[in-house]
Amino acid sequence: MTDLSRIRNFSIIAHIDHGKSTLADRLIQLTGGLTEREMKAQVLDNMEIEQERGITIKSQTVRLNWQAADGETYELNLMDTPGHVDFAYEVSRSLAACEGALLVVDAAQGVEAQTLANVYQSIEHDHEIVPVINKIDLPAADPDKVKLEIEEVIGLDAEHAVEASAKTGIGIEEILQAIVDRIPPPTGDREKPLKAMLVDSWYDPYLGVVILVRVQDGVLKRGQQIKFMQAGTQHLVDRVGCFTPKRVELDELGPGEIGFITAQIKEVSQTAVGDTITTVKNPTEKPLPGFKEVQPVVFCGLFPVDAADFEKLRESLYKLRLNDASFSFEMETSAALGFGFRCGFLGLLHLEIIQERLTREYDLDLITTAPSVVYRMDLAHTKNEDAKTIELHNPADMPDVNRIISIEEPWIKATIYTPDEYLGGILKLCQDRRGIQKELTYVGGRAQVVYELPLNEVVFDFYDRLKSISKGYASFDYEQIGYREGDLVKMSILVNEEPVDALSMIVHRGTAEERGRGMCERLKELIPRHLFKIPIQAAIGGKIIARETISAMRKDVTAKCYGGDATRKRKLLEKQKKGKAKMREYGNVSIPQEAFIAALKMGDDN
Amino acid sequence: MSGDPLALYVHWPFCVQKCPYCDFNSHVREEVDQAEWREALLADLAHEARLLPGRRLHSIFFGGGTPSLMDPATVAALIDAATGHWPAESDIEITLEANPNSAEARRFDELARAEVNRISLGLQSFDDEALHFLGRAHSASEGLAALDAAQRAVPRVSFDLIYALPGDTRQAWEKSLGRALSLGTEHLSLYQLTIEPGTRFETMVRKGDFTPLGEEESAELFELTQAMTEEAGLPAYEISNHARLGAESRHNRTYWHYHDYAGIGPGAHGRRLGQRTMRHRKPENFLSAVQRNGHGIVEEAPLSPLEAAHEALVMGLRLDEGIEPDALARRIGVEKIVDEEAVARIERLGLLTRDERLRLTRPGKLLLDRVLAEIAA
Ligand SMILES: Nc1nc2c(ncn2[C@@H]2O[C@H](COP(=O)(O)OP(=O)(O)OP(=O)(O)O)[C@@H](O)[C@H]2O)c(=O)[nH]1
Ligand SMILES: C[S@@+](CC[C@H](N)C(=O)[O-])C[C@H]1O[C@@H](n2cnc3c(N)ncnc32)[C@H](O)[C@@H]1O
Ligand code: SF4
Ligand SMILES: [Mg+2]
Repeated sequence: MTDLSRIRNFSIIAHIDHGKSTLADRLIQLTGGLTEREMKAQVLDNMEIEQERGITIKSQTVRLNWQAADGETYELNLMDTPGHVDFAYEVSRSLAACEGALLVVDAAQGVEAQTLANVYQSIEHDHEIVPVINKIDLPAADPDKVKLEIEEVIGLDAEHAVEASAKTGIGIEEILQAIVDRIPPPTGDREKPLKAMLVDSWYDPYLGVVILVRVQDGVLKRGQQIKFMQAGTQHLVDRVGCFTPKRVELDELGPGEIGFITAQIKEVSQTAVGDTITTVKNPTEKPLPGFKEVQPVVFCGLFPVDAADFEKLRESLYKLRLNDASFSFEMETSAALGFGFRCGFLGLLHLEIIQERLTREYDLDLITTAPSVVYRMDLAHTKNEDAKTIELHNPADMPDVNRIISIEEPWIKATIYTPDEYLGGILKLCQDRRGIQKELTYVGGRAQVVYELPLNEVVFDFYDRLKSISKGYASFDYEQIGYREGDLVKMSILVNEEPVDALSMIVHRGTAEERGRGMCERLKELIPRHLFKIPIQAAIGGKIIARETISAMRKDVTAKCYGGDATRKRKLLEKQKKGKAKMREYGNVSIPQEAFIAALKMGDDN
Repeated sequence: MSGDPLALYVHWPFCVQKCPYCDFNSHVREEVDQAEWREALLADLAHEARLLPGRRLHSIFFGGGTPSLMDPATVAALIDAATGHWPAESDIEITLEANPNSAEARRFDELARAEVNRISLGLQSFDDEALHFLGRAHSASEGLAALDAAQRAVPRVSFDLIYALPGDTRQAWEKSLGRALSLGTEHLSLYQLTIEPGTRFETMVRKGDFTPLGEEESAELFELTQAMTEEAGLPAYEISNHARLGAESRHNRTYWHYHDYAGIGPGAHGRRLGQRTMRHRKPENFLSAVQRNGHGIVEEAPLSPLEAAHEALVMGLRLDEGIEPDALARRIGVEKIVDEEAVARIERLGLLTRDERLRLTRPGKLLLDRVLAEIAA
């Protein structure tokens, strides 16, 4: 164990893409955690999907040993966190396990919405914050302007901010020294009963469930019989260690240290993050406060294209959940789509990632229904049933309209941060989405707007629209602020006169027509032409509010065909038949999978 | 089947230059050793003959590439060898594909003496600008002269045109087609330009150098073609092939009727007693395979009944006469060749008719590929 005074625990926080993971690479490299050969870009982003998309989804913790200017070797526990708002809960857990944070700000982009959101969280934990101005190698870098922003917008002293480039390696030593000098060492008492925080857990095919812990008091050792205080379960610790980022086994973890344990646990669901770990023999009295539970906010149905894949989908969802307790699923049946699951996600990116992993890693062809939020409805009594309040996760389950007394929808408080020049477009967007403006402040060339918005209006394409209006410069953060009543109706989409329940959605009456028109126009682009013409309609109740027609296909014939082409033509035919089997038929119309999600993203001209 | 008359396809893989739209197995080589190729093709032919004893030959087709670049003596040697292996029917059809360059046109008489009795000439267009766009080595007048030479040399002549080029209009095509119909041939192949994967045209389209003619415009030109050829007495007997009654290409009908044929030479396909055969595509690989094994086969595989059914369907529905689904299913040994429910659905859309035969209607012909995907069992 290391003396408390020589331990530093810190998170790296920033807006998405400001260079946290790349900075972690340099810190690992400089302290010798990995050799040149073992190194690769964003080495901590070890999921395939993280590497491919270049984003961090899961926090990662690494222990570095570094000799500081005073000649002493320090144990530095680094926690790299995700920047995207969907994964904000990952950040909050990491922050709870640290005494300080490196706040990375892109020298060209400056302060953005997630910079603020994460900094505020960090301040709440009484953290010491070390600002790092990253990417100073970029031609557009303006470190002085960014420092000014940090002071004016966040109110942090930026005089000692470190100017660095995680790409070229400038300023890395200086960052390490700042961590040692400015971030306080942890406190804790080795003699007290064990009190440790369950920070995170994941499933490893070789080790079983691995638990990331932060020890407050006492010592955690192999062979100890431990207790999860909240869950009330007991386990035998069979491994103690840390990641450098290679897995290293240790004899024990002392106060102030971060590391992992395994305890022959089979399922992640047996480990609640935020739980307090103590020993059975000599338990601590008071547990730690724990974390706020994360709640899925966006729901959609996932159905296998091939009904025979239902069991495979169930198993795959189950496996994915082993490592991601933040999404939920329960069985659902639909007249048109058969058996599937209604799943809850933290946001649209989260949804997209799970969907992509199911398709890619588990080789499933899926239909994703329109994302929806959770509505609350007051229903009047009927002959057989009392009046009641229900939560509606799925527009397809919309009860009889005559029975609905009122519908409530979730609202959020959105903070948008943007260069001035895009403000006009953004205000219009918020206004169109039924937003209520709460605040508007200017700092330098930037504006910060706070809006209250119905979540319903945000889940579809708000983020995409915001990005396109601001050429990628505006950033966005939100928190839920409760339910409010709204004039909401169910809009159905009919393809060739048949309702497609995967595309039905609940919308505000005032925006229904525009939404409907947008959907019909998009579908017209997305559904390939058929041998006959196809009407596409949007309807509320029995009333058609928008309509488009896909004209019939005119020509699809191979001009020249020789003897040898028989095989080629046959293979083409077999491929076509396969492709067709992957599509869903509604009123004899085959709708490609991509159409379901793509239809919901309205065009730029809307 | 094993008693059916046989068709023989011979592939000559060389061309003077590669046309930008062409995805046939054609290659440009500085020099071609005619003697070596003669030996190789004769050996490849002998191999097929050994496996198909006791058949009668009713057609030979020299395709390419540019078979008019073959030494006429090689053509003669192959015809002699083939009719030696398999007795020829009295009315055997022997076709050779020719490019209408003047140098090649001079050989037509010699080819006729070798018993070639049908020439299929790649005119492609009557318009020099279009020929230039298509990257052809001949002018329109050279083409017409070659046609004249062919008509004098052999009893049956057909020629190919490519139409529906970018920017083509109804008026222009009406004029060209009228001219084509006035030249006195009994057979015409009229192909709409197809942008094939892997060709230079595909790259150009992708880069935006030109835009293919639109679907609606192409459809209109196709309809115009049907009307005009029918009027002139050369109706379409296949999607792109037109002939006076009785003047159809017997060889190609073998393919469309899904009968056996032997295919020799680089990249040639064949169907022998339910087996699918395929030769090495690259000329050099083909040669060394023949030297090594005595034949150029790279792949030989049995076709499952379902695969055979699909092939028979895609080939058969190209014919105006259509197919007899029940008879064809019996012949191949499958329960059914089409999904009758889908057939009924497509029939209601007016795209096909189903009685004893299954035939496409005129609007249906334009949608053949899509209809196939719907109705294939
Ligand atoms: N020019 C330059 N590019 C950098 C620097 N640091 C990071 N980048 C690039 O910025 C992009 C984002 O870097 P990441 O390290 O993945 O950013 P991140 O903050 O971890 O992103 P998330 O985890 O998704 O929030 C990558 O393309 C990096 O190569 C730098 O100092 N200079
Ligand atoms: C085997 S090919 C070529 C024969 C001969 N070498 C020639 O070029 O004249 C037979 C015919 O197919 C047609 N053809 C080839 N490629 C085509 C394409 N991409 N689109 C339309 N027709 C094509 C041409 O009319 C050509 O004459
Ligand atoms: S001459 Fe004929 S076979 Fe040769 S490249 Fe041109 S179109 Fe193709
Ligand atoms: Mg990252």
